[in-house]
Amino acid sequence: MTASNTHAAALVAVMSAVTVLLRFLPFLIFRKGKTPAYIAYLGDVLPQAIIGMLVIYCLKDVSFAAAPYGLPELLSALAVVGLQVWRRNSLVSILSGTAIYMLLIRLF
Amino acid sequence: MKGSVARQAFFTSLPVMAGYIVLGIGFGILLHDAGYGVLWSLAMALLIYAGSMQYVGVSLLAGSASLLTAALTTVMVNARHLFYSVSMLGRYRDAGKYKPYMIFALTDETYSLLCDGETPEGADPNLYRFLVSLFDQCYWVVGCVLGSILGAALPFSTAGIEFSMTALFIASFTQQWLATRDHVPALAGLGASLVCLVLFGPDDFLIPAMVLITLALTILRPRLTRRKGAGQ
Repeated sequence: MTASNTHAAALVAVMSAVTVLLRFLPFLIFRKGKTPAYIAYLGDVLPQAIIGMLVIYCLKDVSFAAAPYGLPELLSALAVVGLQVWRRNSLVSILSGTAIYMLLIRLF
Repeated sequence: MKGSVARQAFFTSLPVMAGYIVLGIGFGILLHDAGYGVLWSLAMALLIYAGSMQYVGVSLLAGSASLLTAALTTVMVNARHLFYSVSMLGRYRDAGKYKPYMIFALTDETYSLLCDGETPEGADPNLYRFLVSLFDQCYWVVGCVLGSILGAALPFSTAGIEFSMTALFIASFTQQWLATRDHVPALAGLGASLVCLVLFGPDDFLIPAMVLITLALTILRPRLTRRKGAGQ
């Protein structure tokens, strides 16, 4: 079910407001002085953990129990990792991985 | 004088240009396939301006999610922006009239361009950072709008284009893995998310995963801090 125009506009407004709030919050809280060590530590380690979480989030609906057993996702993901290690160019990895995926879902 | 600052900012922003236009096009096509046209794409690129959140937003729109779900999902997906802002507190402190926009436009990519703190010699650092931020958003808006137009015009099926978001996260996960020596935070993120996915199911695992990740990293803090110190 697609959202109605009014509801869609409200959804966009909420996503915008929350994103803006998150970006401004630290500047509002820590107006002066030093950032607490615990917050600085989280700022250091959280980005890596969150990206890991987002990878899982993207693959959450893949079914490994039924054909094609998540193979298109798995193979394309491996291609992205391989290309990234080899070329260190995110754009190349993303474009090639997506192209491989689009091809695989048509073959399987 | 302003002209040369603009030129330097433009050259700095070039690496982001291609990526933003391509990812923006992917988003525009996806949004079009979900039934929302170019004006929605433009509004989201201008007002939300967060790549991964806009991709996730397409599924929120397509599934007509509740406003509460949208708010919580935005917190989960974009919580990392808190930490970008935290690390820019000092640098942006005296940015004056440019500051509000610079904070608004602090995306992953803009952060990665500006987080080393380097600014060209002789240039006003605030104007320079403002312009890099502005150019990046211009690329993003152009990409999103272009994608919406292409989505309507492309003669072939774009099924599978949504994998570009997955690929973006996997590439960035791999890049961070290569750039850091301590992989515990990355593994904690993967592990905690997998555990919560199994326990709570695909629709409800993000919030528990976020809590578990924060908890795990808090418990591991003495170890991770000590190891970092020992490695230097």
